[in-house]
Amino acid sequence: MSSDHPTDHGHHHDHDHARTFQPDLSEPVGDAALIGLALRDLLLERGVYTAEEERATIARMAGANPGNGARIVARAWTDPAFKARLLDNGTEAIKELGYDLSPLEFTVLENDERVHNVVVCTLCSCYPRALLGQSPAWYKSKNYRARIVREPRAVLAEFGVALPDSVEVRVHDSTAELRYMILPQRPAGSEDLDEAALAALVTRDSLIGTQRDLTPKDPAAH
Amino acid sequence: MTKESEDTAAAWGPHDVGGRPAGPVDRSEHDTAQWEWQIDAMVRLLIQKGVLSDFAELRDGVEKLEPEDYERLSYYERWSAAVAYALVDKGLLGEDELRRRVEALRARAAAADAGAPGAGR
Repeated sequence: MSSDHPTDHGHHHDHDHARTFQPDLSEPVGDAALIGLALRDLLLERGVYTAEEERATIARMAGANPGNGARIVARAWTDPAFKARLLDNGTEAIKELGYDLSPLEFTVLENDERVHNVVVCTLCSCYPRALLGQSPAWYKSKNYRARIVREPRAVLAEFGVALPDSVEVRVHDSTAELRYMILPQRPAGSEDLDEAALAALVTRDSLIGTQRDLTPKDPAAH
Repeated sequence: MTKESEDTAAAWGPHDVGGRPAGPVDRSEHDTAQWEWQIDAMVRLLIQKGVLSDFAELRDGVEKLEPEDYERLSYYERWSAAVAYALVDKGLLGEDELRRRVEALRARAAAADAGAPGAGR
């Protein structure tokens, strides 16, 4: 909003009309972001990559969402043999559903009455993006990364997860080579649901471990 | 903290936050902005084209940021800074041309801002 800017910039006539690529500056960006956009501008101009390649890459990334992880969970809930393969070797098992994360290693951890698992990347932001989409901002935040390994119960409580002392918490720190996903418990009352309906119950946070209980939805309300 | 553990913490780098004291987790959801997608795509394409060898190279750049920059910058801003360092180090871009381009973008953004709403877009 122009009222935020007391100085009158006047009419700035910029003579860079030969520039081919106009970065999208519809959102306010800081100086470091401008460095990134300047890099992008120069790389596009030099043909290091093309605008079409950028568009396709963004479309592919934006198309990944937690529905992929949910599909894997629903299959595991309905097919015990698949579940066994998934827990034994996640990297190989998900290929059966058309997901290939290699050369990354992929490990699935099962929650049960006695154990709750939660995932973090303390050093940066490693996350199975192809299966869960863009990671939430809090996953990348310093506060989550710093505290979940030291006081996981307190952090989980902030997410609304109340764990009795009898439940053991296991925190899994991702690496550049290894990605984790949680297999949440199948909710009671979901016995009659088919695989697609089961997948619809699975949330992003339950796949990260910052949610424990899933609830069957009322099909009429869906 | 002993002198030794302070030195170790400094050597670990600003990214190694596991177990450090920190405040409540801000759980608000954040839609990825268009410029953030563009930076993300840039990194992936630079790796795909072999300009950057892998994500480790990007992380290495992020981990070498000054601690105050690491704290101050947002996620994709850190990526931006790390790619800038990497490409300048490789001699693929000059610091001067990058600086000039940043100034040009800044001027363009200011002009669009002064002319808003409705002007220039």
